Amino acid sequence: MILSDTEIRKIAHLARIEVSDEDVANMQPRLSKVLTMIEHMDSINTDNIAPLSHPIDATQRLRLDEVTETNQRDIFQSIAPNADHGLYFVPLVIE
Amino acid sequence: MHNYTIAELRKMLDTKKISSVELTHHYLKRIHQYQSSLNAFVTICDETALKQAADADKRIQEGRIEALTGIPMAQKDIFCTQGIKTTCGSKMLDNFIAPYESTVTQKFLDAGSVMLGKTNMDEFAMGSSNETSFYGAVKNPWDLECVPGGSSGGASAAMAAQLAAGATGTDTGGSIRQPAALTGISGIKPTYGSVSRYGMIAFASSLDQAGPMGKTAEDLALMLNTMAGFDPKDSTSIDRAKIDYTALLNQPLKGLRIGIPKTFFDERLDKQMAEVIQTAIKVFESQGATLHDIELPHNDVATAAYYVIAPAECSSNLSRYDGVRYGYRCDNPKNLLDLYQRSRAEGFGTEVKQRIMVGTYALSSKSYEACYLKAQKIRRLIRRDFLTAFENVDVIMGPTSPTTAFKIGERCQDPIQMYLSDMYTIAVNLAGLPGMSIPAGLINNMPVGLQIIGNYFDEARMLGVAHQYQLLTDWHKKVPENFK
Repeated sequence: MILSDTEIRKIAHLARIEVSDEDVANMQPRLSKVLTMIEHMDSINTDNIAPLSHPIDATQRLRLDEVTETNQRDIFQSIAPNADHGLYFVPLVIE
Repeated sequence: MHNYTIAELRKMLDTKKISSVELTHHYLKRIHQYQSSLNAFVTICDETALKQAADADKRIQEGRIEALTGIPMAQKDIFCTQGIKTTCGSKMLDNFIAPYESTVTQKFLDAGSVMLGKTNMDEFAMGSSNETSFYGAVKNPWDLECVPGGSSGGASAAMAAQLAAGATGTDTGGSIRQPAALTGISGIKPTYGSVSRYGMIAFASSLDQAGPMGKTAEDLALMLNTMAGFDPKDSTSIDRAKIDYTALLNQPLKGLRIGIPKTFFDERLDKQMAEVIQTAIKVFESQGATLHDIELPHNDVATAAYYVIAPAECSSNLSRYDGVRYGYRCDNPKNLLDLYQRSRAEGFGTEVKQRIMVGTYALSSKSYEACYLKAQKIRRLIRRDFLTAFENVDVIMGPTSPTTAFKIGERCQDPIQMYLSDMYTIAVNLAGLPGMSIPAGLINNMPVGLQIIGNYFDEARMLGVAHQYQLLTDWHKKVPENFK
């Protein structure tokens, strides 16, 4: 399967990854090769087969509705690229 | 000192023939000596390691001894370690100091083991050669022009060069077994859910599983006893009775039923490789094990299904790296979208971006059914194949990797060539089964790994099978010439 430049740009946007023209040109053959390899799955009949998302078919374990974590805001924000006074700083969102 | 197994070191530490401080000094010296030629470590923890060693010696003195007390270990840089940098081989986390400790490393700390450092790895564990690391390729001690396998390539190189007594790895599609095979060491990926994923940086959560890498199967059992166990902090951790992984080490091979998958030995397998593996299997046969042909009819599509499921999960897991809360942030973002897009474009390497994009494509509304659901259906068929096989056999054996270690740079340009390095290991992850690799021979002085696949939670038997083989052979004792 060959992906067009437009498709690659669309996927990159969905994945929130900036791509230059050069990136698109480099990615195009590699991504297309991978997607062509994936098409190999079409050779297998999977009618009436249920999808398997957990290898041992375990169900989600529930726990008691109790507080287990304490607030560690200062510790977590100490590794943020730009945080102060308990706030994370990002570029202006609303003018 | 570095030639001894963990089991041997245990006795030496307990009888005070050596101290943990002496041992730790010795390994740290070797690590520094070979760091420029191998690049096996991202972080070397001289100060904390020596402090841990001194604490361990005190513990030994007081008789509070566990199997790994005082044993110097190398931890893969995928495990969060409080106060010590955790990079996951990525520029994205080059400055990341985790505010908490992973369950795996905490268990090693609780056991009194020493953390020598954090090992290099493919970026976010995505790779089969350790070439995708932001910190540069790791070299194979058997041939410095060759890769050590991946993604746990720093760990495998460190073990092959005898820079630690034991190491941890993680295995999403073969990342413990393939590097173990390519560097002539032993490694086991346990059943999915056996070892906690808490604090282990996620790549593909339904496949990721940590395990030990070491000199011998016996050492693996000792390390797994420390690593494994139910963890309420990991929602996919399996809550079942604790297993003693050393329990079956002495079980004889007589009567063992070994499944041989025909598909592992077809024309795609290198002839010399086939011969080495068949010779290894004959050793088991000579001890009274029986061989049985088995079919794994969907193994050939496992790689395709894996390269949908793993990227899909990775695209979701890695969406957390947004340049806001931690990790890399681009300079002077124009707006929020620019902040996200450039931080991710600059912070992630080529292979990681490629996999995020494949996963994003697979999960997009247009391809979800044909791609993602289809792969999950194939996943069920793959598991069914194994369950059918295990009705008649106890373990399955074959090669770990189709070739010995390849040259650095050789497979970088072609992702498919690289992905096929894991053609014998991937199905095991999709099924969630335990798999291991042990040294079984050399081709042109490069190591070959024998893969042993077991039924769910049957690691103790697999380790016993491997241990018995290691009592009869000495491939696991081979060390590359310059690292003796």
